[in-house]
Amino acid sequence: MNLTLKIWRQKDANSKGQMVDYKVTDISEHMSFLEMMDVLNEQLISKGEEPVSFDHDCREGICGMCSMYINGEAHGPDRGVTTCQLHMRMFNDGDTITIEPWRATAFPVIKDLVVDRSAFDRIQHAGGYISVNTSGNTQDANAIPIAKEAADKAMDAATCIGCGACVATCKNSSAMLFVGAKVSQYALLPQGQVEAADRVRKMVAQMDLEGFGNCTNTGACEIECPKGISLDNIARMNRELMKASV
Amino acid sequence: MSGFFKSSVGRKVSMALSAFFLMIFLLQHLTINTMSVISADLFNEVSHFMGTNPLVQFVLQPILIFGVVFHFVMGFILELQNKRARKVSYAKNNGAANSSWMSRNMIWSGVAILAFIVLHFIDFWFPEINTKFIQGDWSGLHDGKFRYFHELQLKFVNPARVAAYCVAFVFLGLHLAHGFTSAFQSVGAASLRKKLNKVGLAYAILVPLGFIIVALFHHLSYNH
Amino acid sequence: MALESKVPQGPLKDKWTDYKNKINLVNPANKRHIDVIVVGTGLAGGSASATLAELGYNVKAFAYQDSPRRAHSIAAQGGINAAKNYQGDGDSTYRLFYDTVKGGDYRSREANVYRLAEVSANIIDQCVAQGVPFARDYGGLLDNRSFGGVLVSRTFYAKGQTGQQLLLGAYSAMNRQIARGKIEMFNRHEMLDLVIVDGKARGIIARNLVTGEIERHSAHAVVIASGGYGNVYFLSTNAMGSNVTAAWKVHKKGAYFANPCYTQIHPTCIPRSGDYQSKLTLMSESLRNDGRIWVPKNMDDVIAIREGRKKPTDLSEEERDYYLERRYPAFGNLVPRDVASRAAKERCDAGYGVNATGEAVYLDFASAIERYGKEEAKVKGISNPSKEKITELGEKIVEAKYGNLFQMYEKIVDQNPYKTPMMIYPAVHYTMGGVWVDYNLMTTIPGCYAIGEANFSDHGANRLGASALMQGLADGYFVLPYTIGDYLADDIRTGKISTDLPEFEEAEKDVKKRINFFINNKGKNSVDYYHKKLGNIMWNKCGMSRNEAGLKEAIEEISALRKDFWENVSVPGGANEYNEELAKAGRVADFLELGELFAKDALQREESAGGHFREEHQTEEGEAKRRKEFQYVSAWEYKGEPKDAVLHKEPLVYENIEVKERSYK
Repeated sequence: MNLTLKIWRQKDANSKGQMVDYKVTDISEHMSFLEMMDVLNEQLISKGEEPVSFDHDCREGICGMCSMYINGEAHGPDRGVTTCQLHMRMFNDGDTITIEPWRATAFPVIKDLVVDRSAFDRIQHAGGYISVNTSGNTQDANAIPIAKEAADKAMDAATCIGCGACVATCKNSSAMLFVGAKVSQYALLPQGQVEAADRVRKMVAQMDLEGFGNCTNTGACEIECPKGISLDNIARMNRELMKASV
Repeated sequence: MSGFFKSSVGRKVSMALSAFFLMIFLLQHLTINTMSVISADLFNEVSHFMGTNPLVQFVLQPILIFGVVFHFVMGFILELQNKRARKVSYAKNNGAANSSWMSRNMIWSGVAILAFIVLHFIDFWFPEINTKFIQGDWSGLHDGKFRYFHELQLKFVNPARVAAYCVAFVFLGLHLAHGFTSAFQSVGAASLRKKLNKVGLAYAILVPLGFIIVALFHHLSYNH
Repeated sequence: MALESKVPQGPLKDKWTDYKNKINLVNPANKRHIDVIVVGTGLAGGSASATLAELGYNVKAFAYQDSPRRAHSIAAQGGINAAKNYQGDGDSTYRLFYDTVKGGDYRSREANVYRLAEVSANIIDQCVAQGVPFARDYGGLLDNRSFGGVLVSRTFYAKGQTGQQLLLGAYSAMNRQIARGKIEMFNRHEMLDLVIVDGKARGIIARNLVTGEIERHSAHAVVIASGGYGNVYFLSTNAMGSNVTAAWKVHKKGAYFANPCYTQIHPTCIPRSGDYQSKLTLMSESLRNDGRIWVPKNMDDVIAIREGRKKPTDLSEEERDYYLERRYPAFGNLVPRDVASRAAKERCDAGYGVNATGEAVYLDFASAIERYGKEEAKVKGISNPSKEKITELGEKIVEAKYGNLFQMYEKIVDQNPYKTPMMIYPAVHYTMGGVWVDYNLMTTIPGCYAIGEANFSDHGANRLGASALMQGLADGYFVLPYTIGDYLADDIRTGKISTDLPEFEEAEKDVKKRINFFINNKGKNSVDYYHKKLGNIMWNKCGMSRNEAGLKEAIEEISALRKDFWENVSVPGGANEYNEELAKAGRVADFLELGELFAKDALQREESAGGHFREEHQTEEGEAKRRKEFQYVSAWEYKGEPKDAVLHKEPLVYENIEVKERSYK
């Protein structure tokens, strides 16, 4: 198929960017979206132009690097996938596809479609851990049985890949789904209880400091999240913070 | 605790708490309005009670005003913050793909409701305050009869006003369609949110519809 | 330089404990004055960084990704082995040790593997304490599954995302230390050279991938944890950015590179669909617990399926060849990876491949779905369940076990694997070879360590499933933090290493020279052009089976390709900016050298062992044939061109295990 691409080009963080039109031809429907971008970049390089920079790494939907806002949706029109797992069969011959970087003040553009998501790391530094040293004599892993339901729910929260689609999608650029998932994983496990109050306070404070917006429960994040992280995690974070504050 | 309400989560909870309060108030308001359809006397009695009871006037009324003002002011503050959180907007954004129109436009339905409240205050509350607090007339009488029902009917003579009210109630419905369940989510009651989905929808449709019916009833039933 | 493995004396099971009791320690007050650089933040690098920082060292950690959490360990699916024996099926430290050495085709160092098995149980304890949400049974205790090449259930898992959860655990431990200021994290930084001062590793030159700035970083020791070099094949299950550069730079500065030809070709990957393919996707080995691998028995059916006249589900049991069950009745579909991969290749080479490229076999869940469905019907007390009901119940169980993998498959291939068998084919997945290290995990450069997949490791010639995560975390949490102290104990009075030393200046100059070359070359071919060509040579001539003629050709072709690369490569953009092509150019330049050494090593190793299969050396049944005279580690010393590399041999001695023909029949 042949496609017209409208892509955000921006030289660096300090430059002004703009949308630029490109054409690609002979795209196979079996290609992944990023393979289509590879074709475009090969084309640009052969013309002596600069290829489009975009974040990507594992290309199997788990590292969370890839981050494109495609036709007005984070990771494009498919559900439960990252950009690298989006396939061209979701598009039709002759389509015009608009490709933009994640837009959020807390995620400044580095170049073209590459954004800086270190705000997520800083939120995790604030409390995203259980304080346990590596010693080789922590208690046996089976010493505390954990109800399967709690373990499964913690796992569901922990599957977050930190891609930032929730922030990109949210009309308020809120990071609450991400932070909610992190808080929930530990809040659901007995190991996380000791530091629970402190953790949620610090992580929420850091989130606010980073300049993310507020949650208005539109639910868009849950729909666009490639890992299907549930809104319940935000509710749990709210409960945890209330608990921590009384 | 003060730290809590300064946080994004805390503010969201405070929005929800004020919303719960306002949603209860709406039920109360609708109940009294409905009485006007059933019986003019009953409506007059209740209106007089509400308008003259010191507890209602000097405790509940200020709380209500505070609740309304708080909900609006906080809503605007949060909206401004949200706008700042994305300074460059998308060239193409398909919000409809992942969220309802209502949820994305709470600020606009809210502004519409605010505009309505201004109108509503001009229509009812300011005259009422004028009568009671400036003229000092707490009798509730006009020509020896309770004035409430009559005043109410007079207000709904003008079709333009009735139309404005109806439109505002539609916005109220849209606001509630998202707001009702959203408030439960905000205070952390995620499972209640899911269970009350239908209740929320019913509330968002029936309450504004009730107000509309009352308005239309008086418009149509008034004998010139 | 003679190779000294520094394996401690004494009985196998006491070596590590005794050694730990005797090695030098650095007192806590002195650790504050010692800096350690860790390159790479996957399971090995992340866990090492966190643990070293906990101990009190100042750690500088480097990752080319935008966050340590994105290192490619995150993509490991199936699980992590540990000799916990929670299932009471007879597992033990010795059995894990035995399975690993045997699985590696008797080409790994006994003492290292035993230590690995010994600390494996600690890893699980540590991870659970960190909040890693491993799968649990209804009693709330940890669940296990079984993996290829073993007869016990010792694999702990977190759905199909075990690597992710373990990495997030290590990352959380890092976060705690970053918050304390004990780890300084350098994201989007790539190590481009090692700096050696007075014969000791004292720092690195790194490029800030965002600004292009070349930076000098000093330390008292440098730890390379940069993963494997599978991307030398261009197509592999590695991340796009996975590269050999850090490991190759230390090799060029004097660290020996061991067994480069030991590569793991994983049997269950999604087959490639076209020339545009940028990477291959793994389907966890855990699927072989329940999936049965087959191709049609008759060539007519193969052709009919390829032409779309028949569907795989149309074939009766008699018309299918479950070749693994046929050839290896004892282990069946759970033979080790190298065996499963070669068997698939054998069938496809014979013409029985089931897709258009002829490179695919079926992985079928129909009988598992039926079996689970019947079990579940019994549990639920449904008597005489209908076939539909059984399928429905069975699919639910399979979904609970492998749901995310099935979904991934469906997204890529656009076929529903619950209804029609998956198509799979082997793909490059892991490299057992790597930087040579001694028992302390130190390379032949004093103060330079290599851990995780980057070292030549504990897996011999073939790694068993769920052992990479185990090794990465064992190295990072439990081995390196002790052994590095033995070396650093001599450095307590050294003080801060200055980055103004001439050695830093020299290294920086070289790095800049190379970058400027790329930017100014203005050649005619893109970096990917060369990478793909290299990948083709590697896959065709150094792939699942190798022979003398092919390897000799490969050496010539790679050498010629490298020459062409240095003349005609084109890198757009500038040096002082975000420039992915520039970063790629440097990585491919190193792959072009490694590839040749790889072929040279494969040519030299005149035997078949694990992932290294020389066609000249096979049994009559086509199984790998080891040769006693090759029972050594090949450690290569850099001497300029790869063809000039000098071989050093570390003999492998087995005192606690009998070297046998590896049989899974």
